[in-house]
Amino acid sequence: MKLNREEVLHIARLARVGLTEDEIDTFSIQLSNILENFEVLNQIDTAGIPPTAQPNMLNTVIKDDLVKPSLEREDALANAPSRDGEFIKIRPVLEK
Amino acid sequence: MNQLDNLTVAQAHQLLKKREVSSTDLTSAYIERVEKLESHVQALVTRTAEVAMQQAARADERIARGDIQPLTGIPGIIKDVICTKGIRTTCSSKMLENFIPPYNAAVIERLQAAGMVMMGKANMDEFAMGSSNENSAFFPTRNPWDITRVPGGSSGGSAASVAAGEALYSLGSDTGGSIRLPASFCNLVGLKPTYGRVSRYGLVAFASSLDQIGPFARTVTDTALVFSTIAGYDERDSTSVNIEADNFTSCLDGDIRGMKIGVPGEYFVEGMQPGVKKAVEDAINKLEELGAVVDRSVSLPSTPYALAVYYILAPSEASANLARYDGVKYGYVYPDSENMWEVMEKTREFGFGPEVKRRIMLGTYALSAGYYDAYYLKAQKVRTIICREFSGAFEKYDALVTPTAPCIAFKMGEKLDDPLQMYLTDVCTLPVNIAGIPAISIPAGFSEGMPVGLQIMAKPFDEKTLFKIGYAYEQATDWHKHMPALA
Repeated sequence: MKLNREEVLHIARLARVGLTEDEIDTFSIQLSNILENFEVLNQIDTAGIPPTAQPNMLNTVIKDDLVKPSLEREDALANAPSRDGEFIKIRPVLEK
Repeated sequence: MNQLDNLTVAQAHQLLKKREVSSTDLTSAYIERVEKLESHVQALVTRTAEVAMQQAARADERIARGDIQPLTGIPGIIKDVICTKGIRTTCSSKMLENFIPPYNAAVIERLQAAGMVMMGKANMDEFAMGSSNENSAFFPTRNPWDITRVPGGSSGGSAASVAAGEALYSLGSDTGGSIRLPASFCNLVGLKPTYGRVSRYGLVAFASSLDQIGPFARTVTDTALVFSTIAGYDERDSTSVNIEADNFTSCLDGDIRGMKIGVPGEYFVEGMQPGVKKAVEDAINKLEELGAVVDRSVSLPSTPYALAVYYILAPSEASANLARYDGVKYGYVYPDSENMWEVMEKTREFGFGPEVKRRIMLGTYALSAGYYDAYYLKAQKVRTIICREFSGAFEKYDALVTPTAPCIAFKMGEKLDDPLQMYLTDVCTLPVNIAGIPAISIPAGFSEGMPVGLQIMAKPFDEKTLFKIGYAYEQATDWHKHMPALA
């Protein structure tokens, strides 16, 4: 599997990761190499084998809906890069 | 040499218990060591001397009341991926350079209840992605055995700090070998517990189905003591397993006669360094001499597929977990734009280093439309096959032993430009995380003057067997007593 420039840019867009010109070229080569290595998996027959999402086979854990204290608002907001009073301030989502 | 240098946890505990030394004295001595050694090893992102002295004073009050546990008053170091309330937790990333957690991880709560003294937060590969510690956004940690070499990764700072004697134990996290590899490179004992054994609450997530927190120490006994303190059920981690976490030191009797140990041939990979192979074979012979029944003809045929499985699953989970770093709630934000999408893309462009971006890209690709079945789902199915092979083996054997890594610690810069070569360093440790089983790396000799590790694996929740075998081997050898000249 070879990844060309357009495909690298497409994935970067999906992941919302900006890339420098150099990174686009380097990733195109490196990711192609890594994906090529993944092709070994085609050698293994997985017909009828179920997937494993996590290894200890727990069933879905359901907790009681208990009312209890959560983080103080000030603590929760303390790391916000930009604030307006008790709100987190972000850039406009809807363009005019 | 100071009499307090290079103590084990068990020795320090005896001194504290008999009141031959106070935690304040012990802590001061280790703060001095940190100051002396840090310019050489660069193991710590944040030093917390002031916190350590306050905790030492509290430990001394406890001890005065006769209230002492195995870790009370003993200096330890925490990997900077574990949240510490009020103390910045960076994941060695520019993204979290100024992040101060509003809460403690479950393991920190447990250690504090046991009377911990925290010396600092350890450097690591950014977001725990790497095998050399060179992916830290701040500086690379050096191997105390040879400062031109890497300490291994991703918990390189946790390993280098204990190997250099800056603390008596440390915590790391292990997603594909991130505790065992640096333990092997730095002549330490390092444990990757069973998935679900130690709460992940407050561990910054990398790959949630693979991550576990575990201890580093200089001896098996010390490792078992730290593990006993941090293991146990926690309802805040929904993958935490409610199973008895008993005293893990009662199994340390040195008697492994009749235990069945398998050696899977696939782990002696092509390109393995001859000096490493020799040391590991000698160690296996030693286990046989001690009375274990060793079968060298075990085969786990899907082992060679583990690398591909891991490097599909871990980046896929990472790409989802790291989506939270968007410059909104916390962390770095790109300042020079008013456009939301541009801010987000630039925040992630400048906030993440190259390896993190590479893995987010890889994971996003494996999960994207048209490729999900071929990569992610296929890898999850092969994961089932790998798990089944281990289950089969543990019906016949009490434990499996292998090399921890195919090589000794490599030179800084040696593998930095070739991600695939770097990934291959973890070839012997990855299968363990894929299957969720416990494994330990113990000091097993030297090659070219650098440490070699022996990996022991057991069935889920059977860490006792790892400690039992590790302890018997340790009693019969003196590798763990070798110290780097620096320390």
